[in-house]
Amino acid sequence: MSPINAASNWLKERLEWDDLVAPLRKKAVPLHRLSYWYFLGGITLFLFGVQVLTGILLLLYYRPGANEAFESIQHIMTQVQYGWLIRSIHSWSANLMIFTAFAHMFSVLFLKAYRKPRELTWLTGVVLLFLLLGFGFSGYLLPWNTLAFFATKVGTEITGQIPFIGGPALIFLRGGEEVTGATLTRFFGFHVAVLPGITTLLILAHLLLVQRLGMSVPPKVEAEWTANPFARREMKFFPNFALRELMAWYVALGALGALAAISPWNLGVKADPFSPAPAGIKPEWYFLFMFQTLKLIPAKVWLVDGEVLGVLVFGMAGVLWLLLPFFESTKASVTKSWITGLATFALVYITGMSVYGYLAK
Amino acid sequence: MNPNETVGVSAKARKVVMATIDEVAAKTAGNQSPPVSRRGFVSLLLGGSFVASAVAFLYPVLRYLNPPKMADMGSDSVLAGKVGELKLNSGKIFRFGSRPGLLVRTAEGDYRAMSATCTHLSCTVQYRDDLREVWCACHNGKYNLEGRNISGPPPRPLEAFDVQVRGDEIFVRRRREA
Repeated sequence: MSPINAASNWLKERLEWDDLVAPLRKKAVPLHRLSYWYFLGGITLFLFGVQVLTGILLLLYYRPGANEAFESIQHIMTQVQYGWLIRSIHSWSANLMIFTAFAHMFSVLFLKAYRKPRELTWLTGVVLLFLLLGFGFSGYLLPWNTLAFFATKVGTEITGQIPFIGGPALIFLRGGEEVTGATLTRFFGFHVAVLPGITTLLILAHLLLVQRLGMSVPPKVEAEWTANPFARREMKFFPNFALRELMAWYVALGALGALAAISPWNLGVKADPFSPAPAGIKPEWYFLFMFQTLKLIPAKVWLVDGEVLGVLVFGMAGVLWLLLPFFESTKASVTKSWITGLATFALVYITGMSVYGYLAK
Repeated sequence: MNPNETVGVSAKARKVVMATIDEVAAKTAGNQSPPVSRRGFVSLLLGGSFVASAVAFLYPVLRYLNPPKMADMGSDSVLAGKVGELKLNSGKIFRFGSRPGLLVRTAEGDYRAMSATCTHLSCTVQYRDDLREVWCACHNGKYNLEGRNISGPPPRPLEAFDVQVRGDEIFVRRRREA
């Protein structure tokens, strides 16, 4: 018996490995013309893994604190061997991850995968997306450059507009009245400890649900298959689908390496709390649609402050989004078209406003 | 030299390799498939490319883990203190590049300087005016004022530096190798 076989048998006898992997062996992925969309969640997961690894690497040299943060990243970018590459991959991967998470969400919406019994999968997924935005917002401040400083000032100020809880929330986020080194320390803690912990737990729950419930078949395809049972196709998850997913990850890794090498992330200018905001201050692209909307709302709408109204509307939209599956019919054959309409509207609105925000002066 | 013996490969290893090849050849002679199947060849190419690219991704990470060398500040000579700063029979720690140095003014009034990093386990040593010796608090190592290890666990003397008094400034320099 070869040593590998011996080791695997040793583990098998102790872990009852076969029982553990049995569901994975049984799992199958439906095969149809829309199967490609099944890859997006996995790619997002992979990019999260890249974030964890490169994040740990950055922690080896990064020093939080208003006097040290910028300099330590400068050190990483210029002195540490391949430091520029690690940091650029972290930034690029963060942005791609948010993009693939959005794409994954919309694919789930349009393929109607959120319906019964997958409401909880949707719920954990949307919360995960919010957490990713939290990662983006907190991580953006860590280099302590001018853009990050003012983006954080504006972002936390918007939080302060929420009625009743806004004031305390602002103090909590900033660690005081103003954006200072105390804010940086907090955001660092959120970014490397609080958010990763919660996110990891939720990812496990999300994956467990996907595993338990299997892949959803879009209603149109399901109808076709019911009409013609011979058209039903599926692929074994392991190893067939898993290997394809691995290939997608490999391509994603290559794309990350190429993006980081061709266009390394820049560092900007160190934040100076006592200098005026530079022209053209904009948040990261994934916040642009909200930013642009808030810019368009007039200062006063009836008796309500425009900002307050905007924040309230976005807040309520967020809650509605979270609860979307519960408005859907529980019958497998019936789908509500207004939800697809809403999803289309959201996609067009987010894309349109982002482009508008990007082009607007 | 035996012409069959290739540099770096012993005759014994050669024998083993040839025997293995012969064995494979003998096994495959019976059936029609070539010694390396098409599948095996493709697997080798794929696996090889995969390993190569994994190495390409791991290499920067390994290099990244190795911290860059901090430039030793300035030249070999540093300003360790001012005349009058030290009483008779006392010592002070000064920065020598990125490491601490120890400047001692003996009871007789001359200056001595040495590395302040204990040669045992790298604690920072201090001057003990009661012992008139250099003492390491971590494991009770003792050095004399030349930096020689005289008691306790230190295995080697402390590196002694040259002291120069220019005006009222005391400069310390690394000793040049003779």
